[in-house]
Amino acid sequence: MLYIPGNNPAMIQQGGVYGADSILLDLEDAVALNQKDAARVLVRNMIKSVNFYDAEVCVRINHLSTPFGLADLEEIVPLQPSAIRYPKTESPEEVAELLKIIERIEDKHRLPHNKMTLHAMIETAMGVQNVFNIASMFSRVDAITIGGQDLTADMNIIYTPDGVGIDFARKRIVMAAKASHIDVIDTIFPDVNDEEGLRRETEYAKKIGFTGKAVINPRQIDIIHDVFTPTDEEIRKAYHIVKEFQTNTAAGIGVFAIDGKMVDAPVVARAEYILKLANVTVA
Amino acid sequence: MKPKIAAQSGTFESSDVIFLIEPMADNSGRKLEISSTVMQQFGESFHNIVTEMLDSYNLTDIHLIAKDKGALEPTIKARLETAIKRSMDQQEGTLK
Repeated sequence: MLYIPGNNPAMIQQGGVYGADSILLDLEDAVALNQKDAARVLVRNMIKSVNFYDAEVCVRINHLSTPFGLADLEEIVPLQPSAIRYPKTESPEEVAELLKIIERIEDKHRLPHNKMTLHAMIETAMGVQNVFNIASMFSRVDAITIGGQDLTADMNIIYTPDGVGIDFARKRIVMAAKASHIDVIDTIFPDVNDEEGLRRETEYAKKIGFTGKAVINPRQIDIIHDVFTPTDEEIRKAYHIVKEFQTNTAAGIGVFAIDGKMVDAPVVARAEYILKLANVTVA
Repeated sequence: MKPKIAAQSGTFESSDVIFLIEPMADNSGRKLEISSTVMQQFGESFHNIVTEMLDSYNLTDIHLIAKDKGALEPTIKARLETAIKRSMDQQEGTLK
């Protein structure tokens, strides 16, 4: 997921060419307070006109407690991007209020309530505490994300490259997403020159369950894809497991072994997930 | 209709355009000063976009300066809309 400042036409018009799975047009932190009006109109026009190729288009709006949030919704919701990303989400009540406004705008424009989804950003201690309810109570919330920079600020701690200060939050957010069967996106890695650090952090994020990672520079996309894309060996093994599972199931066998290792339902589920990521079907 | 106040929008960055708008005396019409790094190729089109937008807002008695660094049409329209709304005192971020 590539963050693009909402008031930068050059970056927006090139956003689709870098191969990111998702483009996040940012009206919030990347836009100066006295340029919010300009960015809102620019993002609206660009969504209507620019080809972002296969990338999903999401828009991060300003929080409804600011003078900008409602105006952002009025301008962006009629365009029905793939998702609205809501910053500093702290409670299910907030999400309910946001959805009410979104649906009112959709009704005004005769738009369905089930097309555009919502990504809730968890970036305060209160948000972390309430994350399961935020993730699980609304069908339109199809992803949650952790905002590491704001979270460290809210916790009055200093961001460190090892991420130790936000480790509990990361794992709690992942668990809430898994329990709710939705995606969970890791925070950005702020040092664009530290490729090793980016790879290390991305590998850790994958290991603990994140399904993707946000980036602030196109240079970071390849490393993240490299980490999250299953290797040929992983795909081969997964294919073999699922194929054997189908054969054994047809013969009425639930548990079997491959190379001396037990294969049961959780192993098959993991293999199926790898094949899904690799877009491979078992013939 | 004429602008209430002087206003600007956009930047001097590549692929962007900066608009400056200020009100002029009653019945003085429009004074447009447009310069662009791609004037030879797209000058006429740029001028048409500006004129059509000013027409759609029914704006006269206006002095408009545009410095274009190769902005696409959606950017030109966005920046001009912002400048117009700011000059009508309809949005925040207004140069007063």
